[in-house]
Amino acid sequence: MLDLRQYDCLGEALRAAQESWPDETCLIEADRDREKARLTYRQFKEAALPIARALEDSGFGSGSRAAILMTNQSKWLISAYAIFYRGGVLVPLDYKLTPEEQLKLLAHSNAEVLITEFHIWRAITKAEGFDAFVVRTVFVTEAPAGADLAGAKRWEESRGSGDPAFVKRARQDAACIVYSSGTGGRPKGCVLTHENYLEQCIALTALYPFWPGVRYLSILPTNHAIDFMVGFIGPFVCGATVVHLRTLRPEFIRDAFKRYKITYMSLVPAVLKSLERGLRQRFDELPPGKRKMLNAAIALNRWLTRAEPHPSISRKLLPQVHDAFGGELRALFVGGAFTEPAVMRSLYDLGILVGNGYGCTEAGTAITLNDFKPFRPDTVGKPLPGMEVRILNPDAEGVGEVSVRSKTVMSHYLDEPEMTAETIIDGWLMTGDLGRVEASGHLQLLGRKKNMIVTEEGKNIYPEDIETAFEGLPIKEFCVFAANYLWPKRSMVGEKLVLVLHPELGHPVGEKIVTELAERNRGLANFKRVSGYLIWEHDFPVTASLKIKRPVLAEQIRVAVSREAVVPL
Amino acid sequence: MATIENTTDEVLKLAAAHFKVPREQLSADDDFFKKLNINSLQALDLLTRLEQHFRIELPDYELQGVSDFRTLAERIQSRL
Repeated sequence: MLDLRQYDCLGEALRAAQESWPDETCLIEADRDREKARLTYRQFKEAALPIARALEDSGFGSGSRAAILMTNQSKWLISAYAIFYRGGVLVPLDYKLTPEEQLKLLAHSNAEVLITEFHIWRAITKAEGFDAFVVRTVFVTEAPAGADLAGAKRWEESRGSGDPAFVKRARQDAACIVYSSGTGGRPKGCVLTHENYLEQCIALTALYPFWPGVRYLSILPTNHAIDFMVGFIGPFVCGATVVHLRTLRPEFIRDAFKRYKITYMSLVPAVLKSLERGLRQRFDELPPGKRKMLNAAIALNRWLTRAEPHPSISRKLLPQVHDAFGGELRALFVGGAFTEPAVMRSLYDLGILVGNGYGCTEAGTAITLNDFKPFRPDTVGKPLPGMEVRILNPDAEGVGEVSVRSKTVMSHYLDEPEMTAETIIDGWLMTGDLGRVEASGHLQLLGRKKNMIVTEEGKNIYPEDIETAFEGLPIKEFCVFAANYLWPKRSMVGEKLVLVLHPELGHPVGEKIVTELAERNRGLANFKRVSGYLIWEHDFPVTASLKIKRPVLAEQIRVAVSREAVVPL
Repeated sequence: MATIENTTDEVLKLAAAHFKVPREQLSADDDFFKKLNINSLQALDLLTRLEQHFRIELPDYELQGVSDFRTLAERIQSRL
């Protein structure tokens, strides 16, 4: 791989990689069982430079901001390189948000360019709030012939004349603005520098190296912090290949493993679980004799790999399993949310390594990662090289808030000096997660200090962001909490949202209100729904500016009522 | 060509069979995530089943923002 210490910005490192491995394949795009594109590093450059030129022609340059709003595909990476080539700041947005939420983040980020897909753009132009849309230039991919583009330009036809000028940035300059939350409440735009990314890449590749010939299967959208690093920057500075699959359906994922002989892949816990369940189902369908032999092979593999993995032994012992994964798989990475140890254990026993880790956008993706020496699925692994992890105010059992100091910690939250000051104290990032570091150096996570939940798909949900959905009901006041915040338990599972209702005096919460609540709840995205409500007959404690003092209210509720008092909705 | 009513009815029938619930428990405006107690991956599974039945291709993104059977049927109808 390149020695990343030599470079000051992502554009420079990516450009050097293209010169080092011009004829290696960098990108394959597959849609189901069809291969749609295959590019070498030279072809990737040739595809990106006209976009960089088109950006330059639109006045885009050093420090300008451009948002990418796309599903998982090759044009995401090509566009991102064009943005970095021009010295721009990339704003990766989540295509799964509603068009209204996308408009809100676009406005907050001050992006002057938007690069998106036709179907996403069509939804945005029809969304409420589009009349206030101020993004100057919009490039749209895959628009049908003759479609109304509402002022956008066709990405495929955006060809400026002549070569674009390369714009170099300094290590401390912003590379990306990544939204870690804030679709309902205050947007949290993490400003990550070129140094944050270069250092994160050095740390990760120290543990899991990439090289020409490695094939990484990308199914997460590239706006996801893990995929941005492990499915773009990491492989691209090492001459490796990224295979994009434009569907999440298990049958095509299985097919891609075999066809492309995948080396690494990242996924979220929900997908890992479905993969493991699929394997188990197929085992259960085996005739008793074969099943017995398989069980014996698994038991032997478990014993032989108890201290460390031995991929070549596992492949010989369980060829049917490894062939199904293409036969060259080195590891699956899982992150973004808590992963059940049992799922990872069951895959490890088959010789399929699942490198689980822990991180957050604010820390520049990963903080810890499992190194399999030995495999400890009950922990999130050890800190990566260059990461200092400290437990603040530990209790008698050593449990306290996890804080991190490293060159990968973000610069600040965009336009939020107060929030930044509360989050980064004396150079230490407060994660809001509770944990303990074992003598062996493994970090064990034991809950959250913050009022938030993380879904199995890796989404952060801040309860206060959901409250707007329940406004205007005949209720004196209300508030949404994470159940594990109200009633802390030393666990990362069973996270639920609870709606606390304070009824008007003499107007109890009756059937009509409950029906209305249920209806509004159904209108929310499934991961944002509250699981039940709680009646609270006292005034909420508020600040001078009438904001609810959430920690105080949570404490009052915790003392007075138990989890069982929640009425399911 | 099938009407939207026929398509919706077919979708409901297939969903009921796929997730093993009585057909009469499902109606067009139901939220399928909630009613069938499924996650987004299981919903993709249903999409595959529907594709086979209607002999069309539905990209994953067509499910974006859709949670009721009627809208799902409309997406299918527009591709028939």
